[in-house]
Amino acid sequence: MQFGIFTVGDVTPDPTDGRVPTEHERIKAMVAIALKAEEVGLDVFATGEHHNPPFVPSSPTTLLGHIAARTEKLVLSTATTLITTNDPVKIAEDYAMLQHLADGRVDLMLGRGNTGPVYPWFGQDIRQGIDLAKENYALLRRLWREDVVDWEGRFRTPLQAFTSTPRPLDGVPPFVWHGSIRSPEIAEQAAFYGDGFFHNNIFWPADHTRRMVQLYRRRYAHHGHGRPEDAIVGLGGQVFLRKNSQDAIREFRPYFDNAPVYGHGPSLEEFTEQTPLTVGSPQQVIERTLSFRESVGHYQRQLFLMDHAGLPLKTVLEQLDILGEEVVPVLRREFAIGRPDDVPDAPTHAARVTAAATAQEVGAA
Amino acid sequence: MKLVAVSAGLSTPSSTRLLADRLADSVRDELAARGLAVSAEVVELRELAGDVANHLVTGFPAPRLAAAIDAVTGADGLIVVTPVFTASYSGLFKSFFDVIAPDALAGKPVLVAATGGTARHSLVLEHAMRPLFAYLRATVVPTAVYAASADWGSGGDEYADGLPGRIRRAGGELAALMADRPARAEPEDDVTALERQLADLRFD
Repeated sequence: MQFGIFTVGDVTPDPTDGRVPTEHERIKAMVAIALKAEEVGLDVFATGEHHNPPFVPSSPTTLLGHIAARTEKLVLSTATTLITTNDPVKIAEDYAMLQHLADGRVDLMLGRGNTGPVYPWFGQDIRQGIDLAKENYALLRRLWREDVVDWEGRFRTPLQAFTSTPRPLDGVPPFVWHGSIRSPEIAEQAAFYGDGFFHNNIFWPADHTRRMVQLYRRRYAHHGHGRPEDAIVGLGGQVFLRKNSQDAIREFRPYFDNAPVYGHGPSLEEFTEQTPLTVGSPQQVIERTLSFRESVGHYQRQLFLMDHAGLPLKTVLEQLDILGEEVVPVLRREFAIGRPDDVPDAPTHAARVTAAATAQEVGAA
Repeated sequence: MKLVAVSAGLSTPSSTRLLADRLADSVRDELAARGLAVSAEVVELRELAGDVANHLVTGFPAPRLAAAIDAVTGADGLIVVTPVFTASYSGLFKSFFDVIAPDALAGKPVLVAATGGTARHSLVLEHAMRPLFAYLRATVVPTAVYAASADWGSGGDEYADGLPGRIRRAGGELAALMADRPARAEPEDDVTALERQLADLRFD
């Protein structure tokens, strides 16, 4: 099982002192946070993709390429890559290039973005959102799997004898997750292709996450990729940690109360009770995170949102120290207990290369 | 059979709640006369005001609000009563129906009613309440009931029945629609419902 962090890349005023980081400071902070993730032994760093203020990460492969050069083990991913408005040709090329530079430490999570107006910014029509996601992804898969592609569709110019370069590292494309909060169509897309399904699992009650993951698992089996428990599931989560839970609550409350997504609504206490948000001691975070398995089954990837709502970099880095030193080692141990051997591990490039080679041998035999 | 009355009255006791109760009694009596047993539940929106506002902010209902929404969407018949605020239904009343899925009330028998200080607001039922539930594709009964303060203490006039007569007529209309409704199939589990929604989706 893999553990890591995902960032939205928001520039939000710190509600305790009103300070707003510059875009430059925020971008550099994202890099520092990624390096810290590797230092404390986390497995994955994923960045959002946004094209409107107050968010900075419009160019994920630039950011991830830079982080790739400064890390050794960290798997670099996205949360999410816009499959609707990015040209699938450019996604194919950018992430294959990143795969080479990062020696395979790359996967990506596809999504449809957080705001309607992004469609016209890239020449697309929001009314076609689902159809764009379908057509673009079908083309992206072909570009990674076929050296020469002839293609014609509704949303971009046809391709004739087109080769996307560079070719995926070792001939194995990056693993793809499909991220969604509430669209069952996205769970279906992940299931149809036998790809991973990631539920953000932050803003909504756990029961909603359970339903979406159950739907994905059932449809994964329906489409002939294996048993429901063979499906590849990732979950988000959001935590704020201090040794003493009262300190965690006191320190996080102003950030919660003013958070762009859920601030000025329910109290911190109500929200932690009703959603997976956990504010407290390492032990409380461990117990809450382990409980996710009860609602979705054995899963492959757990990412935490650690750096939003105006939390200063210094605090985020402290949080990552606690997460990496006191929480994740226990989670690794505890999640392994009772996990059947035939539940798949989180996908890695090396494992996928081996699997592809095995499949080829079987095919030749 | 399940009857749910939604009251957006804010005071305790409130004439809005009183009207909701009187309407519910009338529906129950009418169904009883047809030999049909009905359980009635009243949803007081005042108790859910904070949860409704939080739902607007977070996008999901707190447990108590979720239970109220389930009661409303699962009812065989619905009575909805609002006080008139600024020429329309109250904001709380509208917000409650804003957080219910737009197709969840389709085909449901609904009786609309309102209260106000004076009879001059009574067309709120026809220019605000009825269009709202028409948009939700509910089946709204022909008689809508408005109770002005004066109605509680007076009989009818040469143009209309008194309040008790209107309550009886409206209750009879809702009861008739409820009695004619076919029994609902057992609700399927929600993952199966999602699977069914996806039946038309093709990626190949």
